Amino acid sequence: MNKKAFPFAAAKTSMSKPSRRDVLKGTAAGLIIGFVFTPRGSRVLAAEAPPPLTNAELVNAFVRVAPDNTVTVMIKHLEMGQGVYTGLPTIVAEELDADWSQMRAESAPANAALYKNLAFGMQGTGGSTAVANSFEQLRKAGATARAMLVEAAAKDWKVPAVDITVSKGVVSHAASQRSATFGALADKAARLTPPADVKLKDPKDFTLIGTNVPRMDNVEKTTGKAIFALDIVRPGMVYAAVARAPRFGATMKTFDPTASMRLKGVISVTPISSGVAVVADSFWTAKQARDALQITWDESKAEKRGTPELLAEYKKLAKTQGQSAKKAGDAAGVLAKAAKTVTADFEFPYLAHAPMEPMDAVVEIKDGACEVWAGCQFQTVDQGNVARVLGLKPEQVTIHTLLAGGSFGRRANFASDFIVETAEVAKTLPAGTPVKLIWTREDDIKGGRYRPMYVHSMTAGLDANGALTAWSHRIVGQSIMKGTAFAGQPGSIDATSVEGASNLPYNIPNIDVELHTTDVGVPVLWWRSVGSTHNAYATEVFIDIMARAAGKDPLAFRQAMLPAEHARHKAVLDLVAQKSGWGTALGANKARGIAVAESFGSYVAQVAEVSRDAKGDIKVERIVCAVDCGIAINPDVIRAQMEGGIGYGLGAVMKGAITLKDGLVEQSNFDGYDVLRMDEMPKIEVHIVPSTANPTGVGEPGVPPAGPAVANAIFALTGKPVTVLPINKAKLSS
Amino acid sequence: MPTSFTLNGQPVTLDVDPEMPLLWAIREKAELTGTKYGCGIAQCGACTVHIDGEAARACVTPVSAVAGAKITTIEGISGKTAEAVQASWQKLNVVQCGYCQSGQIMSAVALLTDKPKPNNDDIDAAMSGNICRCATYHRIREAIHDAATAL
Repeated sequence: MNKKAFPFAAAKTSMSKPSRRDVLKGTAAGLIIGFVFTPRGSRVLAAEAPPPLTNAELVNAFVRVAPDNTVTVMIKHLEMGQGVYTGLPTIVAEELDADWSQMRAESAPANAALYKNLAFGMQGTGGSTAVANSFEQLRKAGATARAMLVEAAAKDWKVPAVDITVSKGVVSHAASQRSATFGALADKAARLTPPADVKLKDPKDFTLIGTNVPRMDNVEKTTGKAIFALDIVRPGMVYAAVARAPRFGATMKTFDPTASMRLKGVISVTPISSGVAVVADSFWTAKQARDALQITWDESKAEKRGTPELLAEYKKLAKTQGQSAKKAGDAAGVLAKAAKTVTADFEFPYLAHAPMEPMDAVVEIKDGACEVWAGCQFQTVDQGNVARVLGLKPEQVTIHTLLAGGSFGRRANFASDFIVETAEVAKTLPAGTPVKLIWTREDDIKGGRYRPMYVHSMTAGLDANGALTAWSHRIVGQSIMKGTAFAGQPGSIDATSVEGASNLPYNIPNIDVELHTTDVGVPVLWWRSVGSTHNAYATEVFIDIMARAAGKDPLAFRQAMLPAEHARHKAVLDLVAQKSGWGTALGANKARGIAVAESFGSYVAQVAEVSRDAKGDIKVERIVCAVDCGIAINPDVIRAQMEGGIGYGLGAVMKGAITLKDGLVEQSNFDGYDVLRMDEMPKIEVHIVPSTANPTGVGEPGVPPAGPAVANAIFALTGKPVTVLPINKAKLSS
Repeated sequence: MPTSFTLNGQPVTLDVDPEMPLLWAIREKAELTGTKYGCGIAQCGACTVHIDGEAARACVTPVSAVAGAKITTIEGISGKTAEAVQASWQKLNVVQCGYCQSGQIMSAVALLTDKPKPNNDDIDAAMSGNICRCATYHRIREAIHDAATAL
């Protein structure tokens, strides 16, 4: 990670003449950001003129201390539920010694120089990196602002800075009994040169980090006031819906707009790169007119295979040698001579992300510039793509990153698909006409960019003592990274295809992990926890299969194979075993299953308890979770992310599947693509391992162990391993 | 043909296609955006409003069907039950992305209005039509129980 605190280079120049405009250059002139979040509710600024620029604010790229005593933290990441509007201000407030009630969160503009994700090199959110990449950066930002407030007070009071203390937003000098608020000092502090170096707190002195400050967005999101892209209202705004090809890879050949244009309120019917767009005076009209379009598609390059054909091809490939992702010892040789070998084949379907807010954006082009309102997850990419489509420079595209109604990876794509569509439509409209483009749920479910479908073939061998001595793991499926800016050299292994498999923590002397990357016309994308969605499942379920073959307890089997360097895996397993009552009696028709996975630098172990009723139906009753994500910034947010990750993973393994017939997606909405609901949510308990390690992410790591923990509980209960997903109730009860 | 009804206590007349779903009419014509679109086929509950006090899915309710009715949206809820629900939601940090929560709260308020002390089965029955992809179900259940203690 780049340790240079680049924002301060920019901050320095702006500090001498502090103005928002200097710091936030790259935004359209004057207009700051839409929304300011406060612990008590937001001020919505989008439709208003920005507050007058004042020189009396202490500003750096991430922190603004205003004369009204508010401290606003610029949030470079997308808030999509994971809690960045709460966690990131907590880090600043800690080093600043601010009072939580004075903290505000504001979405940062697209400006890669100031706001890039230090893990990506561009502005964007994903990979559970928000806190991890911001921790040092925001501590420094907070500490710098604090040092300047202290220096301002010291000069004002003519006392040594070292004698000044700061607590809960008040700067004090005990000996002279003087004190001042941040707001009172902001003007003077703003005139100072920021220190080149600042001392950060010893983590043992943290007073806010580690506490459960309430979510910054609680009030907006419980009163209907939170503004998502769907909610943007602009004067003269029109609405768009797009007809896209029913098969992936098809292109529009001809279209007949006659029936659509007859509908009252329809403004235009226009071909765009992804299909045909209808613009109308309401979304309802646009959708009706879209549905009335007569379109013929050129399907010469379309994907016409269905799930059965792909499955057959994948299974055939799984029997052949693949590209080596990891090789240690001689797995094939040892397997040939093993006392006992076991083979299991796994099938994973395509999965849609299906965030509650479907893809949507608002774009307005005026005077050679463009404004975008969207739940942008890759601001740098989105800005570049919109600029390219419109023939503008990236800096002429202003991005307003709004709250996103979930994403789970969907909004982070290198094509900026839904934003580019909106820009293409806006380009066809008279200058200054804002357009809101909305995908219907059907568009979303049928729209691709799925978690890829995979087949895994696994064989492992035990020696005479029941020790796991050889492990062969073949993975067959599409590459997520192929064709993206994150792709490796041509022909190289896509690390996301094998993450969770090639880095198996267990001490098995002979290992082969192989990959077959398939070429299928179905667009794929990262889906909450990426490769670990299938690799953690296959490996952790297979470990249980092998434990049973060896006649060993699944927990003891794992612990015995975890070397000292994987102490954090061991610790979460120990904690979850203790908290779940692992090994104690549960009663008839109930069983426990355990699983552990590291993803994105965080370690999570879970124990699932399942029950079976008289009809043979399985219910997940309870999941106990232990997580080690380094320093816990906000334990309650961490618990919430574990709960949500478990629910998201559970819904997928129990019910989630996108299937294709002759290249056509068979599901279209939540009736066919069923997701976890209230009555299926188990009781969840989350326990956090105390840690002094730098914080890692929590958005994704709750997902991977949930599926295998449940599958392992079902295995313990029924004796049948669950190797085909989603878990089919009929199969279980037969 | 204009349709008249009461929206959050105010009389409104909307000149829209009578077949337009109430969801789009209140979002785009009345500009009350707290009620969300999630599926359009009454499968997810994001569009839940109260029609004459009953929870209903605005995405499948044509405007013509609410002529003369009293509609309440998330922006218009008030009273002891609504305040208790919102307070418990905030106290327990229920929300994550927050997009479905208007609908969740509208369903919860309707449940608690009907049954001030719901048990878990009541909660399952009343709330399983409201999808939350962040899976905040665990906290929604706790928050409903918590709100019930205040009623």
